[in-house]
Amino acid sequence: MENVITLKNLKKSFSGREILKGIDLEIKKNEVVSVIGSSGSGKSTMLRCINLLEDATSGDILFHDKSVIEGHIDINEYRSRIVMVFQQFNLFNNMTVLDNCVRPQTVVLDRSKDEAREIAMKYLRKVGMAEYINARPAQLSGGMKQRVAIARALSMNPEVILFDEPTSALDPEMVGEVLDVMRELASEGLTMIVVTHEMAFARDVSDRVIFIDEGVICEEGDPKEFFENPKTERAKAFLSRFLN
Amino acid sequence: MTFIENVINIITKYHTLLLDGLGYTMLIALTGTIFGLIIGLLTGIIKTIPMSKSPILKFLQKLVNFIIACYVEIFRGTPMMVQSMVIFWGYAFMNDGNTLPLIPAGIFIVSINTGAYMTEIVRGGIISVDKGQFEGAYSVGMTHWQAMTNVIIPQVMRNILPSISNEFVINIKDTSVLNVIGVMELYYMANKIQTMTWNIFETYLIICVMYFIMTFTITRILRVFEKKLAGSDTYTICGSQSDPNAEIRVKKEKEEFR
Repeated sequence: MENVITLKNLKKSFSGREILKGIDLEIKKNEVVSVIGSSGSGKSTMLRCINLLEDATSGDILFHDKSVIEGHIDINEYRSRIVMVFQQFNLFNNMTVLDNCVRPQTVVLDRSKDEAREIAMKYLRKVGMAEYINARPAQLSGGMKQRVAIARALSMNPEVILFDEPTSALDPEMVGEVLDVMRELASEGLTMIVVTHEMAFARDVSDRVIFIDEGVICEEGDPKEFFENPKTERAKAFLSRFLN
Repeated sequence: MTFIENVINIITKYHTLLLDGLGYTMLIALTGTIFGLIIGLLTGIIKTIPMSKSPILKFLQKLVNFIIACYVEIFRGTPMMVQSMVIFWGYAFMNDGNTLPLIPAGIFIVSINTGAYMTEIVRGGIISVDKGQFEGAYSVGMTHWQAMTNVIIPQVMRNILPSISNEFVINIKDTSVLNVIGVMELYYMANKIQTMTWNIFETYLIICVMYFIMTFTITRILRVFEKKLAGSDTYTICGSQSDPNAEIRVKKEKEEFR
């Protein structure tokens, strides 16, 4: 099947310190890929490079086999195809819940207000936030904010959604509601790259697990196999720390 | 004649001059502040454009930023009274002695001066907005301009409104320096009245009171406006935090104690 996103020897340094040391990755359509690894291993940086929030130092990012870095694709159009969901939600504080989902559509995709509203309502209903359309982000709990953020991402009808530790900033009792939404999306065939610390989610929901350590992909494969029989020592050490 | 008689005399005889002056002062201060804000918003947006990767664009960006920096430094670093003379007579010098019409000249000078201060105020406002707001906007595909106009500037405006009010009040007072080029604002009128009556103290005391009434009422009005804009997520903590027995309650704006 066709690759949606391909990373080729992706490297990223911050003031001389190399965070990503050459990542090669292929994401296929309808695939749910979980990216795990300890803090500082570079997994969030990789995601931010894919969304071009960080400029890769070297290497290439291909979207449908066209280089994003060499400027063959309009950056803003590309970003609207691979939207991101953040750890800190990053909802627009000056807008209501509904506007958060409508405005990006009207501004970026040139959709009419009515059309955008209809689409936004569809996805707000899906994440269970339809009753809160007039609320402001400041009035919502973390779990609610993240669900709105997911609805905002879905409203763009993207090809891929990048999740950057979507549950890490949530209180434990709110993690479930967000993961439930993500589980549903995964079952519907949405292409997702999920950077997460939720091992159960990675094991049960994803099609493939990628374990990043010190800026390289250390191990990747089928989730069941990875969690039951990790091949590398580093993956074993990481999992034993997590499971105990 | 006594002091009070003099004051009454000036007011009855010259109130049209005084009110005209007051009107022009308000007109110049208000339009100058608005245009200054527009200048500040534009320069603020330009200054925060992320650096381009292409060398030509990067050079252009740096050049534009340098020009803006020069503008800000020059207009903040010289007195507006001197700027008025240089701009007004500079124009006349370069146009065979034809001078600019006075009121537009006054508005131009105040705008460009305010713009220099506003540039820094807006830049500070943009920097103070959470970085996540930019990332949220960029991540769904908004351009810098779209992110600014839809997401960032509305939040900046709310944050910098007190500074804008402050600039407006400063401008009401500072338009008085425009009398050096003959703009008929309040100070110029007082100067004129004073030469006709020779009641120097009384005349300037009257406009002193007039200036104060203007700035005071404007300040109060803008404060109400600011509060309204700050909206529902402003909280006031009730009760002394240093008193261990006090019950600390949080009062939401326009809401009764719980």
